Parts: sequence; structure tokens; C-alpha cells
Amino acid sequence: MSTATETRGSAAAEGKKKAPAGERVADWADGRLGIYSLAKANMRKIFPDHWSFMLGEVALYSFIIIILTGVYLTLFFHPSMNEVEYHGPYTPMQGVQMSEAFKSTLDISFDVRGGLLVRQIHHWAALIFLAAMFVHMMRVFFTGAFRKPREINWVFGFLLFVLGMFTGFTGYSLPDDLLSGTGVRFMEGAVLSVPIVGTYLSMFLFGGEFPGDDFVARFYSIHILVLPGIMLGLLVAHLILVFYHKHTQFAGPGRKNSNVVGMPLLPVYMAKAGGFFFLVFGVIAAIAALFTINPIWVLGPYRPDQVSTNAQPDWYMGFSEGLVRVMPGWEVDFLGHTLVLGVAIPLMILFPLVLVAIAVYPFIEAWVTGDKREHHIADRPRNAPTRTAFGAAWISWYFVCLVGGGNDLWATHFHLSINAITWFVRIAFFVLPVLVFWVTRRICLGLQRKDREKVLHGRETGTIKRLPHGEFVEIHEPLSQEQLHTLTAHDQYEPVEIGPLKDENGVERKVSRGQKLRAKLSKGYYGESGQIPKPTREEYHELESGHH
Amino acid sequence: MSSQTGPDENVSDDENLPAAQEESHGAEVVEADPFADPGLPPHEHRIQDIDERAAKRSERTVALLFTLSMLATVGFIASFVAFPIDEIIYVWPLGHISSLNLALGLTLGVALFCIGAGAVHWARTLMSDEEMVDERHPVAASPEVREKVISDFKQGAKESALGRRKLIRNTMFGAVALVPLSGIVLLRDLGPLPKDKLRHTAWKKGKLLVNENTNEPLRPEDIAVGSLTFAKPEGLEEEDHHFQEEIAKAALMIVRLEPNDIKDKRELDWSHEGIVAFSKICTHVGCPVSLYEQQTHHVLCPCHQSTFDLTDGARVLFGPAGHPLPQLNISVNKDGYLEAQGDFAEPVGPAFWERG
Amino acid sequence: MKKLSARRRHPLAALVVLLFALAATGGLYTAFAPAGEAKAEQESSKSLAIEEGKKLFATGCSSCHGTGGQGTSDGPSLVGVGAAAVDFQVGTGRMPAQQPGAQVPKKPKVYSQDEINQLAAYVASLGSGPAKPTKDMYDPAGADVARGGELFRTNCAQCHNFTGEGGALTHGKYAPDLGDVDPKHIYEAMQTGPQNMPSFTDGALPEKDKRDIVAYVKTVNSDNSESPGGFKLGGFGPVAEGMFAWIFGLGALIAVAVWVAARTAKAKKS
Repeated sequence: MSTATETRGSAAAEGKKKAPAGERVADWADGRLGIYSLAKANMRKIFPDHWSFMLGEVALYSFIIIILTGVYLTLFFHPSMNEVEYHGPYTPMQGVQMSEAFKSTLDISFDVRGGLLVRQIHHWAALIFLAAMFVHMMRVFFTGAFRKPREINWVFGFLLFVLGMFTGFTGYSLPDDLLSGTGVRFMEGAVLSVPIVGTYLSMFLFGGEFPGDDFVARFYSIHILVLPGIMLGLLVAHLILVFYHKHTQFAGPGRKNSNVVGMPLLPVYMAKAGGFFFLVFGVIAAIAALFTINPIWVLGPYRPDQVSTNAQPDWYMGFSEGLVRVMPGWEVDFLGHTLVLGVAIPLMILFPLVLVAIAVYPFIEAWVTGDKREHHIADRPRNAPTRTAFGAAWISWYFVCLVGGGNDLWATHFHLSINAITWFVRIAFFVLPVLVFWVTRRICLGLQRKDREKVLHGRETGTIKRLPHGEFVEIHEPLSQEQLHTLTAHDQYEPVEIGPLKDENGVERKVSRGQKLRAKLSKGYYGESGQIPKPTREEYHELESGHH
Repeated sequence: MSSQTGPDENVSDDENLPAAQEESHGAEVVEADPFADPGLPPHEHRIQDIDERAAKRSERTVALLFTLSMLATVGFIASFVAFPIDEIIYVWPLGHISSLNLALGLTLGVALFCIGAGAVHWARTLMSDEEMVDERHPVAASPEVREKVISDFKQGAKESALGRRKLIRNTMFGAVALVPLSGIVLLRDLGPLPKDKLRHTAWKKGKLLVNENTNEPLRPEDIAVGSLTFAKPEGLEEEDHHFQEEIAKAALMIVRLEPNDIKDKRELDWSHEGIVAFSKICTHVGCPVSLYEQQTHHVLCPCHQSTFDLTDGARVLFGPAGHPLPQLNISVNKDGYLEAQGDFAEPVGPAFWERG
Repeated sequence: MKKLSARRRHPLAALVVLLFALAATGGLYTAFAPAGEAKAEQESSKSLAIEEGKKLFATGCSSCHGTGGQGTSDGPSLVGVGAAAVDFQVGTGRMPAQQPGAQVPKKPKVYSQDEINQLAAYVASLGSGPAKPTKDMYDPAGADVARGGELFRTNCAQCHNFTGEGGALTHGKYAPDLGDVDPKHIYEAMQTGPQNMPSFTDGALPEKDKRDIVAYVKTVNSDNSESPGGFKLGGFGPVAEGMFAWIFGLGALIAVAVWVAARTAKAKKS
């Protein structure tokens, strides 16, 4: 390596002309950082073109926007809970007692030119960041892009989503307004419900009794340092792995598991991805110019004895809000102590359960298939009906909780009873995912059948032809080789067999419960009811010869 | 050759994995296998690739977008200087909004968006759109590399003698396990111990009920049937240092019922001429419940919809709260003002482990 | 036409048809539905309003509230509710009520202000109650808006939301939007506590405080309210913001992503 560099260096020195300045700088850097080897592997890295592969970029860019605007906001925000009286330009707050945190947020909005814009960009970008992570995660899920070798990256992404939720929550609480303060009070109630140590945790978190003088400053360091720091680390690791594994691609002519087809990073993706950052930033800036978000000046400063209806967290915490709203008020006596199940179950059991259910799925699927090979071809969702159905069921589960979290608004806007909505969510929480699972699987199987028909009989053209003897037929146009390949390129597994329970000598084989479960699941996934066999060459040829 | 790369080092004992797909080997195979991969389709040219005029047009579009961006940035700076921060203008259909926020946001948005749009248009129309193929390489190392790493590691482990010198190993583990305790101990002063803080509020026998609105003590005649009044304990002022912590526990909700409507005996005993005082803090997670429906006498919490029946000891009718709202025993002093007969009999607000 | 029939098998054809059908249904509905209702109400208003005080009461109110306003199983007694209650209930069109439901909604009013005054005078004569407020009691001009805001957050926001956009109560009841409510009616509502709303008597919430509250509502929730940050999205807080971020924010970005990732049109494509 070093000898090579020296040779090149001396060769350049001996050259008749000096190398251009850019090259000389690059040589200098290479001698110290080894950038050429890095560039060799990555400069012309190929990325496949598909809009859904850019969802993660939306998340990445909104994260960068959040960091940029967040740094700006720290220059003006005072994370202090000292009580002050407001005497700024916003009349409806004149003379009102408030914390310095709230006052400095008012000042950012009304005294700092552009401060309001940056605040709104920061908050809109946060909502979009979480939404983009969510759909990105769903894209990865439904295309099976979490399979080997990408399981660890799936987990990194999942952690980013969860940390993003908490970063959002702590940030949303910083202005110490009446809405976010209500959210913090909710959190205090939740912490108190923790068995045995709840009261201690609450006292330590708030530096005494709620609300105390400390939580804004503490949330501030968590919001701007601890959580974003961890997220940045995970994000870098996530991106390194994306580069290292190379992107997945959909099946198609010339697109195989062993290659990746698309455009090179330099120049096409440099321009497209780089340009996309500006597009995302531009769109969010325009939204922040036109639509207000979290107008804390009408919410007022936090006081624990005041509240407003429509008290909801930002959307990404909405599902936990829903879980808490629809939970029955169970409170039991346990050896003279109070077990606050009505709060503890939704927040300490159901909240993690909903999240973990989607996070562990890849490992469950890998166990069922027993497949240890690398997968780089993204599945079409219909070709993995059980996975797709599980994902759809999970989304319905998540969204039914979201509906529960906004039950008062659904009630007022659709003229319904809030009690009826709560009961609907209570029942739907158990019933809807099952229903969605079943329906989605049927739809996937139907689409698989349609693909099969298309491969074997061609595309229905819509042109009706009358045969000489009077019969009407619709002309079917045979598919091209490309289409035939694309529609049959997916893998189909066979269900796992446990094998006979007795070996040839009549001795009972030991079959563990896990193996039995696995066989059962595998049958559900890949048995007759789980997938439609894709057409075989023989079937195709048979029909082909029949037609002619 | 197959739908997998990577060594089959872990080939499972199952035979359920799909058979590998064959690769195309030219036309004969295609003949035999209608589903074979025909390979990448030939590259087709865009208009810009074959028509220089079209390419020029694209170039001009890109340059126009970049120029627009420059103009928008100039506009941003101009807006920053020109628009006063407190100017409100009416823009249909947005409403009465800040001219500065609108101008800054839109110019910034256009400046950024045009850079992006220009770059993407450039990439899409002028850069090569010929698809390229990159071969993948298995992530896992080759068996030789693996062998080498494992043996190196074993060698290193052996040289460290960690396995043999158990005393070193055990004390090291002990030391490393103990040292984080210092960090945990340091967290002790994050806050005081709970003790009985959650059991007491600012209410005491003889404390007057002070109207939150007027800051005057309440008399029974101030409170009509069907009305709703909020009160705080006498002597607690908004300027006090611990006002927020105290009001978080002491906030009171006062309504007047027809004494005949009161179903709960203790509630009746603790009332005065039908005036009842309940804690305003929800027993679920502590929001101020106060959505009082004066005809049904139900009170609803806006956060999670716990519903309490004020005629029946604030029993929980619906929602996630686990126990009734605590009631404050009140009466009238000799001057005719409402006063507390003591503190709440039970802790107010959310339930906790030690509540009992 | 030929082109159309060839495309009806297009994968997106069903979607397009569905969108057309939805748009057509919605358009027809908005074109016909509300017009019919409005007309009927106008006519009924004409047929009613002529007689005065007691006569008006006898024809319009006595079927539920009894001939002497003593109340029946269908409606509460009006003895002692006062003129303010009548002015509010009839002036906001809540009375006469149309049909039983969780709550009697606000409607275009049936009686003219003169008739309402006559009705109010009659009901006030049945027993003493709050009188109609005078203009200087509820006129927002010159009131202390900031104090009104504090009082609003203490007494009103729990049901009516931060800026009086309204909110849900139990079993289909709701606290209405205060946006286009007359200052007089806001004042009267606080005074009398209509339906399930509690009253805020002068002893607990003095006249001046009520006026401050009215001024605050009119400052933050009217057609002229300032929203410096841009369009308010209804003022409902995070649910509306979240839906907007998903549908329009992420939606716009996905549309952009589709453009970025799409292949450029080929020269020979016909």
C-alpha cells in the first residue's frame, strides 16, 4: 500500500506537467486518510431506482433539518423554570406568570426575526421525520428487505424510531406550555404507577414533587444531547451498513440476487440524493411558512390545575395515548400496596409489546423458514402473503390505538359518542388485527392467482373478437419474456416436515415442542392455504402447445 | 449461480428451501425455459441523448432553476430586512398571518427547492441514464479467513492466560462490575425521598376556600346549584415559590347539588347545604378533571375520559381511573365563609404503590 | 372512444372509476342536500313569528315547557330561569328544539329579536332570574384580554379547548365551538349555564371577569384572529397537525420522491 503510494507520488513528481490542484489535494489527503481505497469501493456505487427506496432518505434529511434548526433554537431558548412575568409584544399574554422556558419560546416566536419560522420547521420536520421512519420501516417490512444479511440494520432502524419518539416527546415538553405540561403530568402519573419504585423514580425525575423546578433543564439535556447523540451514532452505523450490504432491488430482467442494477453514486445519485435533501428542506420550509404548528402563545403557560380538551401528544405518541384511554380502570390491592394496573398495563406491557411485535418479526420468520442464505431481491408483498398479512394487521393494530388516542376529536367531528368510540377501540384492539390479517392474506393469494393466470394465459386486452361461428372471445396477449421472468422470479418455500414420529425401528423420535410449532407455522406460511404455486415451465408449455 | 450468494456454511437440514433458479445461457435456454432471465434490456436513448437542442433546453431549465434559487435567497434577505416582525396581513385562505414568517418561509422554501429540482433535473435528463451492474460479494468471510481469525483469537486468549489464572479473571470481573455503582450512587441527589409528600396537601382545618378567579374567600351564597367554581387554599399565592407543586395537589372543584340528590352518606356529611368540594386532580394520571355536566352531575377528564359521578362520592363511571376523586370535608366558619375541616383523607391524584 | 375501451383494462382503471364515482356522489350531495333544509327552516320561521309574549309561548314553547312554563316530562320548568336564559336559548336557535338527542344543537334562530324580547319578558315574569346583560357588560372593547385568557384556561378551556374550538363530553354531548357566537350569548351562557354547561354566577366569576373572557374568546377565535405562524388547521392541536404531516407533508415528499426516482421518458416511446 505505502509503496504503491510512493511510486505514484514519485511518478507524479517526474511527470512533465504538474497534476491539477484538485488532484494534488486528493493525493495529500490519500496519503494520510487512504481516501482512494474508500472511493474505489464507493464512488461508483450502484443504487437501484425506485421511489419507495427514497423513504429512508426523507427520514435522513428531516433528521439533518431537525439538527440544523435545533442548533439555532438552542441559541435563544432558556431551559429554566424560574417564574417570570411576560411583558413582550404578544398582548394576550401581558402580565401573565410563566416559566422562563415558556417566555423564551414566546420570544423566539415574536421577538426573533425568523425564529418562528425555524421553530415551525423544527416541529414540522420532527413530525415528518417520525412519519417517514414509519413508512420506511413498513417498506422494508413488506418487501422482506429485513432478511439476511440486513437483520441488524433492521434493529438499528427500529431503535432509531423508538429513540425518535422519545426525543420528540422530550422536545415537545420543553416550552412548558399547558398542552405539553399536561403530557408531562401524564408521564408523572405513569411513573408513579410503577410498582415498588414508582414514587422514588418520580421524585428523582422531577427533583421532588411534580412539577418542580428541574424537569425542563433535565429534558433539555436529554433532548439535545443524550438521545440525538445515540441516534446519530446509530444513524451512521445504519448508513454504513446500507453501503456495505448494497441496496436491495426488485426482481426484473438482469436483476439478480447476485448483482445490483441501477445508477452510480457519482454523478447520478450524488445529484439525485443531494438534490432530494434540498427538495425535502424546501417542502418543509414552505409548510412552515404556510401552516402553523404548536402555537404555544394560545396554549398558555403550564399550571397543574389548568387543562384544555384536545389534550393529545404528537402523533407518534398517539398510540400509547390510545392504549391508556381505552384501558379499564383496574386498580388492585396487593398485600396492602396498590397495583395501578389501569396505567401500568398499557404503558409498561402493551406499549412495548406493540413496538416489539414488529421488531422481532424478522427473527421469527427466519426461524420458520430456516433460511440462512442472503436475500437481496425485494419481495413483492403479495408473494409473501403471511408476512404481508401480519404487517397489515400490525398497522391496523397501531392505527386503532391512534384512533383511541384521538377519540374526543372523532366524537366531535363525526357526531359520535366518546364512550361508543372507546368501546369500539376496546373491541377492535383484539378483533381488527385478526380480521385484517385474514383479509390481507386472501387479497395476496388472489393477486398471486392473478399473476399466475397472467403468466399462463397472457394479459386480458379488453378487445373482444367474434369468431366465425359466432362466439365472442377476449383476446389475451402473451407476456414478454421480461414480464414472464419478473412474475416468476420469486422464491417459494416448501413447508417444513417434522418427519415420521417413529423411526424405521419403531422407536419414538424426540420432537421438541419448538419443532412442532415451527412445522405448524411453516405449514401456515407455505402450505396449500398459504401460497399459490407459481406456474411451472411444463404448465406453460402445455398451455402454449394447446393454444396453437 | 443461484438466488443466494454467500457460502452455504450453514446449509440447514431442511429441504424446504426453494430450488435455486437457473441462469440464462443464451437463446437456446430461453427457448426451453420461458421464464428464464433475458438479461438487462438494451439501453434506450432519451430525447436529450440524441437531440442536442433538447439537451440545451434541459440545460437552460436547470440553469433557470439555480438562478431562481439565487433570486429567492436575495428575496429572503430582503424580506428579513423589509418586513416588520409584528406585521400581520390577511392572506386568503390562510387567515391573518405574519408577513415576515410567510415571506421568509416561502423564499427559503423556493431557494432550497430550486437547488434540489435543478440537481435532479440535471441528473435525470443530462447525466447518463445507462443502467450499470454491480456484482455483490458475500458478506461472510471465506473459510480460510475464518480459520485464521479463530486461531489468532485462540492464540491471543491463550497468551493472556485469562482462562488459566482464574484469580485475575474473577477479580477483574468483580472490579468492572462494581465500578458503575459509583455512577448510580451519584444519581441519589436527583431528588428527595418520597416519604409522605404525596399524602399531604396544603389543606388544613380552618383554611378558607379561596376562589381561583377573584382570590377572595368563598361564601355558600356564591355557589348556586348548577354552577362550577374552582378554589385553592387560603394563603397560597401564584407568586409563591412552591405554588405549582402545591396547587398540583390542592386544586379544588366545588359544585352545589340538591342535598336529596346526594346518594353517598359520607359525601352528604362532608358537604355544606349541598355544596361539595372534590379534588380537581384526576385519580388516573393527574390531569385536572373539570368537565362538569350540571344536568347529569358527571365530571369528565379531558385527557383520558375518566368519568366520575359527583352525586355518589365521585365514583368512577367510565374510563381508566381506578378510584373516586377524594372529597374535602368542608363547613362554614362563624364569619360565613367556607372552610376546610382538615386535609383530604386520602392521597390526591394518581395512585402509587404505597398508596394502600 | 376506442382508446377509452382499450384502457378500461388498465390496472389503474378501477381506481379512476372509483374516484369519479366518489367525486360525482359528493358533488351531487353538496349541490342538493343543504339547500332543501335551509328553505324549510326559512318557511317555518315565516309561518311562526307574529304574536307576542305569552301567545308566542303558548304556541311555540308550551307543548314541552307547559302552558305556564312549569315544565313537563319533555322540558324543564322555566320558572326563575330569567330573561338571559331565554335570550340565549332562543337567540342561538337552540329553542325551540327540533328533536330529542344527546344535546340540542345551535341552529338558525326561528324568532326575531323583538319576539325573543317578548318571550324573555314573559318568562322573566314567571319568577326572578338573571336579566339580559347590557352591552357594556359584554363589550369586548377595552377589556383585559390577558386576564381573560387566564380565566378562560381556568374555567372554560377544559371543555371548550384552548381557543374555544369546542370539545367532546360524555355520551355524544359536546361543548360547542365559540368562534361565531355573539359576545352577548357567550356572556349569557356563563350567566345561566345552558343544558349541561355549569353556570358561573357573579359571586364566583364577577361581571368584569366574564367580560374579560368574552374579549379573550373574540381575540383568539374569530374571523379576525391572528395566527402569525400560518393557517391554523382548526386549532385542535397535535391530532390535526399529525394528520397534516402525514397526508400533506409526507404525501408531498413521496410525490417528489416518485419524480426523483422515475426513469426519464425515452425518445422512441410512442
